[in-house]
Amino acid sequence: MARHVVAPVDELPPGSRKFLTIDERPIAVFNVKGEFFGLLNRCPHQGAALCEGPLIGLAQSSEPGEIEYSKLGEIIRCPWHGWEFDIRTGQSYCDPKRFRVKAYAVNVEPGSSVVKGPYIAETLKVSVENDYVVVDL
Amino acid sequence: MTSPIAGGVDCDLHPALPHLTSLLPYLNDYWRDQVTTRGMTDLESQSYPPHSPISARPDWRPAKGKPGASLHDLTTHALDPFGTGIGICNPLYGLQMVFSEDMADAFCRALNDWLVKEWLDKDARLRGSIVIPVQSVEKSVAEIERCARDSRFVQVLMLVMGDIPLGKRAYWPIYAAAERHGLPIGVHAGSNYHNPPSSVGWGSYHIEDYVAQAQAFQTQLTSLIVEGVFAKYPRLKMVMLESGFTWLPSYVWRLHKFWRGVRMETPWVDRAPMEIVRSNIRFSLQPVDAPPDPETLNRLFDHMQSDELLLFSTDYPHWQFDGNAVLPDGLSPELVRKIMIDNPYATYTRLNGAGSKESAA
Repeated sequence: MARHVVAPVDELPPGSRKFLTIDERPIAVFNVKGEFFGLLNRCPHQGAALCEGPLIGLAQSSEPGEIEYSKLGEIIRCPWHGWEFDIRTGQSYCDPKRFRVKAYAVNVEPGSSVVKGPYIAETLKVSVENDYVVVDL
Repeated sequence: MTSPIAGGVDCDLHPALPHLTSLLPYLNDYWRDQVTTRGMTDLESQSYPPHSPISARPDWRPAKGKPGASLHDLTTHALDPFGTGIGICNPLYGLQMVFSEDMADAFCRALNDWLVKEWLDKDARLRGSIVIPVQSVEKSVAEIERCARDSRFVQVLMLVMGDIPLGKRAYWPIYAAAERHGLPIGVHAGSNYHNPPSSVGWGSYHIEDYVAQAQAFQTQLTSLIVEGVFAKYPRLKMVMLESGFTWLPSYVWRLHKFWRGVRMETPWVDRAPMEIVRSNIRFSLQPVDAPPDPETLNRLFDHMQSDELLLFSTDYPHWQFDGNAVLPDGLSPELVRKIMIDNPYATYTRLNGAGSKESAA
């Protein structure tokens, strides 16, 4: 497992997402209300760029006509066929046992520790003054 | 030919009401006078034109009167030759076409009483479906409550083509009453002709109406599943009668595919559609829209992913097969037993009451 620096924290404000390729893998990193999430940007259904879809909530129901809407902004909906995935776990909701998208841990680390390593920052210059978003692959 | 086994349950028999006036002894004074003074004619539905080949097998067509009107004919044509232990009577009479809910209610009550007196009381093998005045949900529930006291009523009967889709919540009190009394809802081919019998408008020929029944069943299944009827009433069984079943796998594949993408519109559908079909939906055997090769039919059964979905039926007196070839070629003895005995008894739980099960032994 390697840890990769994605961006300075300031460049990923809440509501934004960043697409990058690490070790030939398409990754998307999201900031949802200050929490960071990483997903493989490839739908396990037919390979669409899943993370280009809208972030919605989770509709559930214990009674027809009654909808409990939770996890607002934490469900990514594939732009091709509408399948929903939980941004925290990668699980799908139409067929949770068979379909899951790879989820990656994303954290914020101070520049001082990022500079020391073991972080890999292929395209970024890092400095001790900033905080950085890092993803574990 | 696959041989039937004795003690089976025929889930789709059609005793015919000879004429509207046959209901006179079962109507109250007011409605009896209304029928006679208005000179009401027989309520013939276009679903089964009397002289159309589908409406009666030639050797089952009587010299006089409607096919299926004679108890003797029904038992000797449909029960005895197959060693049938139990036969479920589904009267198809044009009561769903009537626009007045009061008239429909009076006629339905009379029809159900007629079925008891002239059929169920006369042959211990016979069971009945409750015909409901679907024009009024409240009156339908009352009729279910009234008839359910007689355990020989084992089902509630509706038509596949009515005024609104069957999944709509307006109908749910009917489903609640049916579930409460252990009565499956039988959905039979046919229309009240308040809407065209196809979704593309009025056709020109009877064959168009008849073939379109399959599409109507599919549309109703979609409505029932996505509206959440089986989320609300998980113990309710619905039996598709004279629906055909060869279309089921490809239809469910289609529903499943699109449900996965728009699941959030109907989150109460929390299982794949095929799982709901397996737990809550059954199909009568005839008509078998059989492929020419028994191997293909068995592949189709594989696609259905269950041997519990089909229920034996002759569809008497409708012309769906010749001679004694009521079962399609290629069925295994195990499947014959499931279709003729195990599946009907599992579906119609009221058959397990006194006097029913013995005859299946």
